[in-house]
Amino acid sequence: MIDSLYVAWRYLRYHWGRSLTLVVCVTLIAVLPLALELLLDESKRQLLARAETTPLVVGAKGSSLDLVMNSLYFGDSVPEPISMAAVDRIADTDLALPVPLYVRFKARGLPIVGTNLDYFDFRGLKIQAGRNLALLGECVLGARAAEALGLGPGDALLSSPETLFDLAGVYPMKMRVVGVLAPTQSADDLAVFVDLKTAWVIQGLVHGHQDLGAVTDPTLVMERTDGNLTATAKLVQYTEITPENINSFHLHGSPADYPITAILALPHDKKSAALLRGRYVAAGDQGEPQQILVPADVIAGLLASIFRIKSVLDAVILVVGTATVLALVLVLALSLRLRAGEIATIFKLGCSRATIARLLGAEIAIILAAAALLTGLLLAVVGHHDEALVRALFIR
Amino acid sequence: MIDIRALEFAYPDSGFRLDIPSFALRDGEKLAVIGPSGSGKTTLLNLVSGIIRPQRGEVRVAGTDIGTLSDAHRRAFRIRNVGFVFQDFELLDYLDVLDNILHPYRITGALRLDRTVRARARQLADDLGVGDKLARHPSHLSQGERQRVAICRALLPQPRLLLADEATGNLDPHNKGRILDLLFNSVDARAATLLAVTHDHELLARFERVVDFADFQSDFRAEVGADARADIRADSPADSERPLAT
Repeated sequence: MIDSLYVAWRYLRYHWGRSLTLVVCVTLIAVLPLALELLLDESKRQLLARAETTPLVVGAKGSSLDLVMNSLYFGDSVPEPISMAAVDRIADTDLALPVPLYVRFKARGLPIVGTNLDYFDFRGLKIQAGRNLALLGECVLGARAAEALGLGPGDALLSSPETLFDLAGVYPMKMRVVGVLAPTQSADDLAVFVDLKTAWVIQGLVHGHQDLGAVTDPTLVMERTDGNLTATAKLVQYTEITPENINSFHLHGSPADYPITAILALPHDKKSAALLRGRYVAAGDQGEPQQILVPADVIAGLLASIFRIKSVLDAVILVVGTATVLALVLVLALSLRLRAGEIATIFKLGCSRATIARLLGAEIAIILAAAALLTGLLLAVVGHHDEALVRALFIR
Repeated sequence: MIDIRALEFAYPDSGFRLDIPSFALRDGEKLAVIGPSGSGKTTLLNLVSGIIRPQRGEVRVAGTDIGTLSDAHRRAFRIRNVGFVFQDFELLDYLDVLDNILHPYRITGALRLDRTVRARARQLADDLGVGDKLARHPSHLSQGERQRVAICRALLPQPRLLLADEATGNLDPHNKGRILDLLFNSVDARAATLLAVTHDHELLARFERVVDFADFQSDFRAEVGADARADIRADSPADSERPLAT
């Protein structure tokens, strides 16, 4: 048998292009469904684990999936904003602790999560290096975000502009990294956390600039009326919050009107949760612009859809796999005809039909073994990076 | 060594027919078979080696009627007793020279591959001038080198009967003499028997006996069909004047 394997190996090695093609074909047939299964299992685990630990989410009416994906997994689809008044409304009920979230901006591709310190307590996030948020303009990085960006406490991080072509849009703001979180194997690992007010600074709602009362340059002032100054575009707006300029930062209007994307409502008990949901449902009949969601229900619906799609995909893979296997059998059958001369030679040299069958069997065994090895390696790679792959492919 | 009686063989759906009433080759004898193309020389070697079976008659090699053996026994008999240098070398492109020489040992249970065999293979390759090409594949060898590799493969199991089908056909005069010396020495050393098909009339003097398939005074006769006869006439005008069938 060892000699058969040796001769088969020499044949396959000599015709390496043909052999490699066969190995790749067989590997693909095996890897596709298995890797998909692996990734779907991981996505199910990730989605469910986070959803089940988040009791209620409140946000603007619209896509419940976008709202949950944005507020739990910091997904790219930003829901319609609601105002901070919604936070006060929940707090006033005394049924739940509201944790506001503003997930709209990004820094080098990673989501900037504007929130307050209650979020850290709720998720059980621990500071691994540095300290937690304390001042305006500071940020704390998730473990993998810090690794990906190569940043740590004391470094600076620029927020990304929303668009390069809107002069009146969101400008990059330089944030100070003050801490790095311990890994949690969740979406928090790949996030940049800032205080809500810092998120509003990024948006330009809270801002700091030169003291207009002290300016002497007439080109800085467009209009001066009783008690009011209107500045020209020449006025320097700060894009970095420093100890020197921090006191110049201020907001205009009422904080209750400032935007957030969602509220995590943390009810004191099941009864409180039911009452709070009931109030939103009741208000919904009277034109309530907000919705309250149980994330686990939304994710369960999403998973049901995914697994319905998966069953279709499985069927497609089965058909494609069967067709590929048949094609491979045809290739082998045709190669036997092409190798008729070679087979006649080894027959003349004294090889029996059984040995010829064993040689061909050894070739097939080597191809299958190589494909199995490659499949195992690919699955190991997928398994090792499944969390990141799931986040990249399914949970954005 | 070889004793053929009342042998009849025909390929299906062809006009070819080989008919040998009687033919014998003594142990240790060196016999050359000549004759026009298509006259049945290679078929004779295939019958003697047991690659094909006669439809009628007896082919005895070393006292064994190989026509009566089962496929497996005939194969085992051939592997142990008969070395065959094929006309078109029959080398496998995917194996290097050394593996081609050792190939019969890898594909049959009748031969055992060990260090001694490997050493003998290398020595044989050196003797035939391909010792420095053991790692090359046949496609990278000249015709003559490929032929020498085929001879190495046939000689390696030290057969009692060596069949050579145009064994020196593609060699230059220098190598032709060298290879023939090696064949003869190898046969002599083992007191083996040599049955060689050749078109090379210069070599005939070195054989103890010569059989001409086209010669009716030879030990046997060959019959060929009308089509083959035409080919032969085209290939060999001198022979075309003589009737080929009886």
